[in-house]
Amino acid sequence: MSSRFRAVSAALIAMVALPSCDRETRENRGKPLPESVPGIVGDPRAAEYEGNAFHIAQGQRYYVWMNCNGCHAHGGGGMGPPLMDAEWRYGGSMEQIVDTIREGRPNGMPSFDQKLSEQQMWQLAAFVRTLSAQPRQDALPGRADEMSNIEPRTLDERRPVERTSPAADQARPR
Amino acid sequence: MRRLLPGLAAVALVACEGRQSVTGGDGLHSGQFNSLFLIFLLVTAFFYLLVIAFLVAAVVRRRGRAEDRPEKSGGEGGFRLILIGWVALVALGLTGLTAASYFSDAAAGGARPANAIRIAVTANQWWWDVRYLDPVPANTIRTANELHLPVGVPVHIQLKSNDVIHSFWVPNLAGKQDLIPGRITDITLIPRKEGLYRGQCAEFCGLQHAHMALDVTVEPMETFEAWRRSQLRPAPPPATPLAVTGYNYIMTQECSACHNISGTPASGQVAPDLTHIASRRSIGAGTFPMSRGHLYAWIADPQSAKPGNHMPYVGLEPHELHGVVAYLETLK
Repeated sequence: MSSRFRAVSAALIAMVALPSCDRETRENRGKPLPESVPGIVGDPRAAEYEGNAFHIAQGQRYYVWMNCNGCHAHGGGGMGPPLMDAEWRYGGSMEQIVDTIREGRPNGMPSFDQKLSEQQMWQLAAFVRTLSAQPRQDALPGRADEMSNIEPRTLDERRPVERTSPAADQARPR
Repeated sequence: MRRLLPGLAAVALVACEGRQSVTGGDGLHSGQFNSLFLIFLLVTAFFYLLVIAFLVAAVVRRRGRAEDRPEKSGGEGGFRLILIGWVALVALGLTGLTAASYFSDAAAGGARPANAIRIAVTANQWWWDVRYLDPVPANTIRTANELHLPVGVPVHIQLKSNDVIHSFWVPNLAGKQDLIPGRITDITLIPRKEGLYRGQCAEFCGLQHAHMALDVTVEPMETFEAWRRSQLRPAPPPATPLAVTGYNYIMTQECSACHNISGTPASGQVAPDLTHIASRRSIGAGTFPMSRGHLYAWIADPQSAKPGNHMPYVGLEPHELHGVVAYLETLK
């Protein structure tokens, strides 16, 4: 075996091994953490679920399965408020979205407490955050579950929505 | 070669089991395709052997030196005759194969018989949603991961997919047909022999592609009709206190958000219908045979039983688990 052959095969093996370095692990079951306390910001799960490709993709499934699109459409809103803008009636952080899903909100948002598992709510929240372009581009799912006349979200030039002050919100033309 | 032998033997053994066999020929169409395959095999083998024979003859008949070669004695005409014969033979063979494949194809894709049983199968990651359609909507049956077919009656199956491309394949009965998201494809089967068969998704569709099987039961018309009538019945009310616990859990908690049980408030449509789950042969799309132990394992932690499937880990308390299994076992 020539040294050149050896070098080439070593390089090939390294190339095959490289892609396995960057795989994120799929947490199928959800960590058995205690029930989260409503309203608390800084839950360790927020960082775990947000921006995780697997969890976002699962959340996208549940979004349709649980008929979120029935009221919120695919982010644009309808009977329910839109989810793709920077306005959040009950807060737009991961913890607050999970809280909204779990507890329900006045004027129609039902409670999914004990209808969805804790993990499913976090996955849904992770997906809802993607609607307003909060997460990393490379974690967004390539597929779209809705009919659309725009390019897939992964191809869009998207930037995080800037937080505006209430005064600026009012000044903005509607 | 000697090292290869055990592997080849293993490949051959798989075909012995019979429930999932491409050479079964238990359906009209798979029978036709088996004959088509045989015709192709015979014709191509004949031509292969002919060519090899000529090659061997050419190698054996050494080419002598020019001065040793005897004088030509009208060889040109004979050679031309042989060439014409060869071309005619090839043309005949190819025409024959084309005709055989055309007729066999036309028979498989032919008009849908009017008396066909109509079924709609929707593939999901990783299970089959089965609906027996009926002109009377109330007579529509919904089940999952199983098909019951009467022997000798044509069946027209409409195929859809909810997520990725799958492929519907019951090798004993017919060839494959892909299920493509956003499109409707179809396949017609005519089972010829009673028996238990196994269908399998034949297009890689994700983590649990291998555990996406379909139990097919081909049975006499009377048995089929009895099955159909039993499937139309709504779920009986829970009888024992334990089953009542399970019933209450299913109706008020996570289960009913996705699963449907006819005759109860549970009406989720995104997961397999549980109205007659205890009457099925397997759970988890052929992952486990139906039994109390496997039901326990599945409900306690679906992610250990079939990692990646879309039934979430709920974490039931022991008394809830006992109740849910007790209730599900009454759903015959």
